[in-house]
Parts: sequence; structure tokens; C-alpha cells
Amino acid sequence: MNARIKNLSSLLGSVFLTLLGLTVITFMIGRVMPVDPVIAAVGDNAPEAVIARARIEMGLDQPVVIQFLHYLAQIVQGDLGKSILTRNPVATDIARYFPATLELATAALILAAVIGIPLGVWAAVRQGSYVDQTIRVICLAGHSVPVFVLAMISLLVFYAVLGIAPGPGRQDIIFQDMVPHITGILTIDSLIAGDWDAFHDALVHMIQPVCILAYFSMAYITRMTRAFMLDALKGEFIITARAKGLSAVAVVWKHAFPTVAVQLVTVLALTYAGLLEGAVVTETVFSWPGLGQYLTISLMNADMNPVVGATLLIGLIYVVLNLLADTLYKLLDPRVR
Amino acid sequence: MIQTSFRNWALDETPASRSQANWGRRYRIWLSLKSNPLAMIGLGIILLFALLSLFAPLIAPYDPSLQNLGNRLARPSAGHWFGTDELGRDILSRILFGGRVTLGMVVSVVAVVAPIGLAVGCVAGYMGGVVDSALMRITDVFLAFPRLILALAFVAALKPGVESAILAIALTAWPPYARLARAETMTIRNTDYVAAYRLTGASRWRIMLRHIAPLCVPSLIVRTTLDMSSIIITAASLGFLGMGAQAPSPEWGAMIATAKRFIFEQWWVATIPGIAIFMVSLAFNFLGDGLRDVLDPKQN
Repeated sequence: MNARIKNLSSLLGSVFLTLLGLTVITFMIGRVMPVDPVIAAVGDNAPEAVIARARIEMGLDQPVVIQFLHYLAQIVQGDLGKSILTRNPVATDIARYFPATLELATAALILAAVIGIPLGVWAAVRQGSYVDQTIRVICLAGHSVPVFVLAMISLLVFYAVLGIAPGPGRQDIIFQDMVPHITGILTIDSLIAGDWDAFHDALVHMIQPVCILAYFSMAYITRMTRAFMLDALKGEFIITARAKGLSAVAVVWKHAFPTVAVQLVTVLALTYAGLLEGAVVTETVFSWPGLGQYLTISLMNADMNPVVGATLLIGLIYVVLNLLADTLYKLLDPRVR
Repeated sequence: MIQTSFRNWALDETPASRSQANWGRRYRIWLSLKSNPLAMIGLGIILLFALLSLFAPLIAPYDPSLQNLGNRLARPSAGHWFGTDELGRDILSRILFGGRVTLGMVVSVVAVVAPIGLAVGCVAGYMGGVVDSALMRITDVFLAFPRLILALAFVAALKPGVESAILAIALTAWPPYARLARAETMTIRNTDYVAAYRLTGASRWRIMLRHIAPLCVPSLIVRTTLDMSSIIITAASLGFLGMGAQAPSPEWGAMIATAKRFIFEQWWVATIPGIAIFMVSLAFNFLGDGLRDVLDPKQN
């Protein structure tokens, strides 16, 4: 029991240090920018006195350490500053944009897992065969193609040429603001409202970006599943299971697969974190009003508060997911206990 | 003739000198790599692209920045194999010169990242204790961001451009190398031969530099090769989002960003640089995958 508490406290300690490091980095990014934040706030032509007063009001005349502590105190209170572009607090903006990204990433993860895990198992069972080689090439291709290229080609083929997919965006104009905003996740909100047309519209708009993101993460899931399964299939318990005459399907899915399931949970958590990165690029191509688009639009306009806020949020999610993966692994796998 | 004698010399079971043994090892790696078709395809494509971009000024049919507004957005033809872009510039020539930008960025990033990662990893792994925890905490912090996001934020804070992009990608790319080098160092640290060096009075820096770091290199090479494609894609993504190489530069990602506007009418202007990025990064993945099989049998 004592050892457990010690483990837990050292884990929490390292998470705390990592989070502190995150804020140091985002603070530095916010500070090294070439645009003077004071000028950005009051404008180029403001008189000297106004600039000086704004500088003091914004606390930018203080020593760096004090400024950092202020910044830290603000973050803890959920204050990420104001966006120059939207004139809203960054936290409010993020709360509005983030559900769209969450919807995209979650759907993509589910799709990627449902396809990627069986593919990986299949490749491992048929190691070295044509099946394995084909799956390997498909996965390597998924690692090699930039998401934005795939997204643009998909829009070109399925929307412009074939006309079977809807264009960019999250919903058709006629459905804009028709569904009351509850969770911010359109598919769920439209279901709550019982509006089937809106649900169908939201779902159809998701197909392309979700498939592209899913392919991108499926590559990783499949490769990892294959590697884990190859290891598991070498175990002596597999030979026993085969020797007692179990069918191939039962050996693979009932005996080998459960031993790798725990490791896969970790992989899925990491994939989910990686999806956030892919979402940033995908959203710009599909005009998807999510965190990624918010981030890139702010970047273009050198609006640093949203950039720093969004970066911090994504870093935070990354750390939490990593921690979750670690904990789940320790909790579920008796071998590491 | 020379080939067979080199083969016999290199594959000699009882090498007479250190260099002969080294060449023998290299030759065996090459032989097993050669038997992997995907890896060879990858190597071929990489060499082809490297040569094409190296000799771009000689090969390119046009000046990549030569505008011809009378011939804007032309379809691929005998005169312009890949067509022309929105300012009438020849896309083939721009792809060739763009290869110089992309490969230059990748090489610079690797040249910065690999030595830093190796140094940090070796020091952390060999010293252990407080040094190790401190260095690894810093590594963890950088690993806590998705690469592209952190690079975007860095570039935005510095100033969009190729140099900032290289710096930003390097800043986000070194941690995995450090982790890897640390893991390798920790297994090597406790071997008998390192203990023997210590007994003969070698300083810890000498041991790290001469006897540990070289052994970390093979796995770092594999890692670098596999990482190349992700560096290429990150660089292209930065260009695409307007944060990497800037407009007149024929960088592939930036080319796609400009061509995005008319993708539905003149699809080839955006698609061709996309294919170039895809080919190069796929080639690096093929090669890296093959190298991993050869150099790191543990993974299989």
C-alpha cells in the first residue's frame, strides 16, 4: 500500500511538472512574438501616453517572473485572455469551437479502431503473405500522404466530379442554427431535438473528413496491432490452445487477442491525441468550424492569445490522455501490477 | 572482377583488420537490405529525387519563377509536362526546385536534431540521477504537444519562413531521439566492456563519446529514416497553412496552398505537388521500414 502511494505521488509530481513546463513554453511563445501585444491591443496610431498606460494595465512593465506568475494565476482561473479577432474571451471561443473537433476526432477514432484492429490481426495471422504485404503498403501510404492532400483530392473526386458527397462545412445553410445548441456536437444535438433531417445532414457532412482522419490513424493502429499480435501468437499458451484442437478463429480471438487488448487501449489513447493534430489541417480544408480552424485563422492574423490558448488546451489533452493510458495499462494488465 | 574480390574480402569469416570487419558488417547489412524489394524501391525514389533536385538548374526546362501570364493554368502538354500555374510558371520546373527546398529543410532539421538527441540521451542515460530526471522532464514537456501544433505556435511567434520552420520543427522533433538514445545508453552502460574502460581510467566523457554514442547510432539512423517522412509532411503542412516557406518559393506545401483556390477547375496544379510529397515520404517510409528489419531484429 505504501509503495502504491509513493508511486501515485511520483506520478502526480511528474504530471504537475509537465503541466508547469507546458505553461512555461506557451508563455514563452506568447512573449517572443514580434508583434508588440500593447500595440496590437491599442492600435498603431495610439499616442505615447495611451501606449504607456496600456502597458502598465496589461502588466507588461513587470519583471518576467511576475508576469509568468500572473499568467499562471489567470490560466488556473480559466482566463486565457481575449481574442483580438473575435473580441471574445478565448475560453468562450474555445468552448464554442471545440465540440466540432471533438465530434470529428471521436468518430474518426471509432472508425479507425473498427477497421484497423481486425486488419492488424489479419496481417499478423498471415505474416509474410500477400495479405500482410498489402496491408503493410496501405499503412505506409497512410503514414506518407499529407492529410490536406488527401482531403483536397477527396473533395475534388466525391464532391466536384462525382457529386455524391456534400461540399465543405459542417451543415447545409438551411440547417444553420436550426438545432438548439446543447452539447455543441451536432449529431447529438439534432438527435436530442428529434430533427432527423438535421441529423442526416450533419452525418453526411462528417463522412469525408472522418474517413480521411480515420485512414490516417488507422495506419498506426494497424501496425501496432500487428506487432502486438505477432508477439502474442508466439506464446506457449497459443500452442496449447492449438494442440487441444480449438478452431483458428477461437485461438486468435479468444486466446491471443485478449492479451493484447490492454496494450491496444494505450495505442488508442495516443491515437486520439494524434487525431487532434490531424484535425487542425483537415478542418482548414473542409472549412470545419472547429478548434483547428480557430487556431489557423488566429495564426494568420497574428492573434496570439487564441494561438497560445488552443496550443495549451491541446497539450493538456495530450498529457491527460497519456496519463490515462498509463493508468489504464497498470490497472488492467496484471503483469505490470 | 573488383566486385567479386570486394565481396570475398568483405565476407571473409576471419577479417584481418578492423576496417575489414567493419566493411564486412556494412556489406552484410546492404545484402539483406537488397533482398527487401520495398526498401530498394524507396531507396531508388529517394536517390532519384535527390539527384533531380541537386541538378534542378540543369534539368528544369524553365526558370521556376518565369511568369507567362498569356499561358496561365495550362493543361499538361508536350511543352509543359505538368502544366502551368496561376502565373503561367512551369509546374515541372517548380517541382524540381521545390525538391531543393524540401530536401534542404529535411537535411537541416536532421542535422540539428540527431546530434542534440544523441547528446541529451547519452548524458541522461549515463549520468542517471538528478541529471537524468531533469533532462527527461524537459523531454516530456516537449513530447506533450503534437508536433505540428507546437511547430505552428513557434513559427507564429518567430516569423513565418523557411528558417523559422526548420527551427520550429527541430525544436519539436528532438525528444524521441533523446528518449531512444537514453534507452540504448542505459543498456550499454552496465556492460562488462564499459566497466573495463572505466577500470583502465577512461573519463566518463570519453566513454560516452567513444564507446557509447557510436553504438546508439544504428537505431538513431532507423529512427531518422522513419522520421523523415513525418518531417517532410510537417514542413509541407506548415507551408500549406502559410507558416512555412513563403509565396514565391516553389515549396510543395506552399504551392498546394495557392492552388487550393482553383482545385475544382485546374486540379493538376494542386495535385502534382501533392503527389511529389507523397512519393518522397512514402519512399522514406519504405526504406526506414526495411532498415528497421535489418538493423533492429528485436522489433520483429
